Amino acid sequence: MNPQGILVVALNQRGQASPATWELLGAGRALADAAKQPLFAVLPGGTAEQARELVERGADRVLWTAHPSLKEFNDEMHTQAVCAAAQQLSPARILLPGSVAGRSLACRLAVKLQAGLATDVSEFSPSGMVKRGAFGGNLTAEVEFKSPIQVMTVQAMAFPPAARQAGRAGEAAELAFAPAAARTEVISFSAEEAGEIDLGGAERIVSGGRGVGGPDGFKAVRDLAHALGAAVGASRAAVDSGWIPYRHQVGLTGRTVRPKLYVACGISGQIQHLAGMSNAANIVAINTDPECPMMQQATISVAADIFEFIPLVVAEIKKRKGVPVAA
Amino acid sequence: MALNIVVCVKNTPSSLSVELDPSGQPKTAGVLYAINPFDEYAVEEAVRIKEKNAGSTVTALALGPDADQTVLREAVSRGCDAGVLVTGTEVTGGDTLATSRVLAAAIRKLAAAQPVHLVLFGKSTNDSGAGSVGGQVAAWLDWPGVLSVKKIESIDEQAALLWRMMEDGIDKVKVGLPAAVCTVKEINEPRIPSLKGKMAAKKAVFTKWTASDLGLKPEDAGAPGSGARVARYTAPAKRGTGLRIAGGSAAQNAAQLVDTLIERKLI
Ligand SMILES: Cc1cc2nc3c(=O)[nH]c(=O)nc-3n(C[C@H](O)[C@H](O)[C@H](O)COP(=O)(O)OP(=O)(O)OC[C@H]3O[C@@H](n4cnc5c(N)ncnc54)[C@H](O)[C@@H]3O)c2cc1C
Repeated sequence: MNPQGILVVALNQRGQASPATWELLGAGRALADAAKQPLFAVLPGGTAEQARELVERGADRVLWTAHPSLKEFNDEMHTQAVCAAAQQLSPARILLPGSVAGRSLACRLAVKLQAGLATDVSEFSPSGMVKRGAFGGNLTAEVEFKSPIQVMTVQAMAFPPAARQAGRAGEAAELAFAPAAARTEVISFSAEEAGEIDLGGAERIVSGGRGVGGPDGFKAVRDLAHALGAAVGASRAAVDSGWIPYRHQVGLTGRTVRPKLYVACGISGQIQHLAGMSNAANIVAINTDPECPMMQQATISVAADIFEFIPLVVAEIKKRKGVPVAA
Repeated sequence: MALNIVVCVKNTPSSLSVELDPSGQPKTAGVLYAINPFDEYAVEEAVRIKEKNAGSTVTALALGPDADQTVLREAVSRGCDAGVLVTGTEVTGGDTLATSRVLAAAIRKLAAAQPVHLVLFGKSTNDSGAGSVGGQVAAWLDWPGVLSVKKIESIDEQAALLWRMMEDGIDKVKVGLPAAVCTVKEINEPRIPSLKGKMAAKKAVFTKWTASDLGLKPEDAGAPGSGARVARYTAPAKRGTGLRIAGGSAAQNAAQLVDTLIERKLI
């Protein structure tokens, strides 16, 4: 059988559905409609109920398995499950999330299926080409496939999430899954501080750079993030100075983000930082140097000292929200 | 406990400001190359493991044209013992599927001479930025492959305990060896090459293998062995300068910023 259709790999995060899955279904549905092909999904380590939601968000046929070996992300186990589904469904394109798990799985799948692989895809062309950033986001690579099966990871926030239509028709069936033992074992997980918003899926991010001057400066950045309901990011200069942990780093060496709003506080906008955030829909720059690259590229720029300015912005937001401001 | 470690390194442009030729390919003339900055972390980690485990070896492995021996010299200057360059027109110019296949074949050949316990990679390269070669090498070898590793807590000849940085926290992952591990920046602070290392690098003579040395057929590697290719690169549209808020008092500017954000439905 010629490979046909799009397969979305729905990866749960600690048992919960991830919003990235809805984005994959959104992108996958559009591709499937354009090609007049079915949209499949596979849900390793999920439930029948979660599979039903995948149907209601656009999948025509879902294979799910609640096999206990798939509870935590395990490259070897998850690969076996997705390969079992791919064998049954014979899809031409396999879409995975741009997370660590998605990328890990994509690497193994591509080799198993002898498929061309593109990571961090942000756009699909009608011709079948896909676009992704390269050279730290300085260039866009247009990738062309020649393998019958194609594997790709999709950048978070690049596609609108599929809405849920209650009662949408589609089939969800349990995947027959009898895995071979793996040599990889996830023995424990320790979560980040509770209440921290993950950068990758954040709609709004407030980041601090060397200009915040020290760990205390990050308090102002966090206050602003809190007022905006935003995740906290940082430049490498701030991370290397030990003001904030590495997991907050945005850029070439850190995370790639695509928020609706990115507020850069005291970040000059060097190429390696821009690599991680230049696809933000809107950039606000707050910086004492009006000519620095970040200020020149910002959607809105304010020439100001962050120590003076951020508390005023926080107070202003609280005022609009009707929160009493401490004098 | 003697461990044999292979660390994969790539020679990549030192600057990310590349220019395109009319066909949409990056211009290479005059471009300076150096070790991919993310590979420095992998090299450092390999050398640290060697230093803690007497009798261990670290072999740097690169794929590229003959000129890419420079990247092996950089690896030796940072503490690697030996280097292997896989080279020739059959193996270069491939996508990650083909490239990982060639690297896997070279690792198999190394492992046939003496057991390989661990293969280390950087997070991605700074040019293509795919971040998939390490995971794909693991797949070709049918070894475990762990990405995004920020700490190797323990390692012996049988197994390693790794900290994998996920989006929402840290997975502690135990893998049976041999395995491929892709590092992230937080794993260590790479050292600066020592004088002794630089001397060793100058004198080092590297093993060179071609496709046929690795038993690869032309259709296995390079462009023929690839599943994808970059048809062209384009430069994304430059972001123009937007609204500049200035002139008012700090309080007025803050109010204008919040007004604008509300108007544009950003908050
Ligand atoms: C291989 C490689 C990978 C890299 N990866 C990354 C990466 O992933 N992420 C990353 O961010 N960087 C990365 N870098 C580093 C990058 O090149 C820059 O050094 C870094 O981004 C600079 O951070 P910064 O903008 O905070 O600091 P600076 O460039 O020092 O800028 C500080 C800014 O703060 C402003 N400022 C100072 N005081 C105030 C004040 N009181 N109020 C307001 N503004 C003020 C200044 O005008 C200036 O614009 C990488 C570099 C290399 C070589």
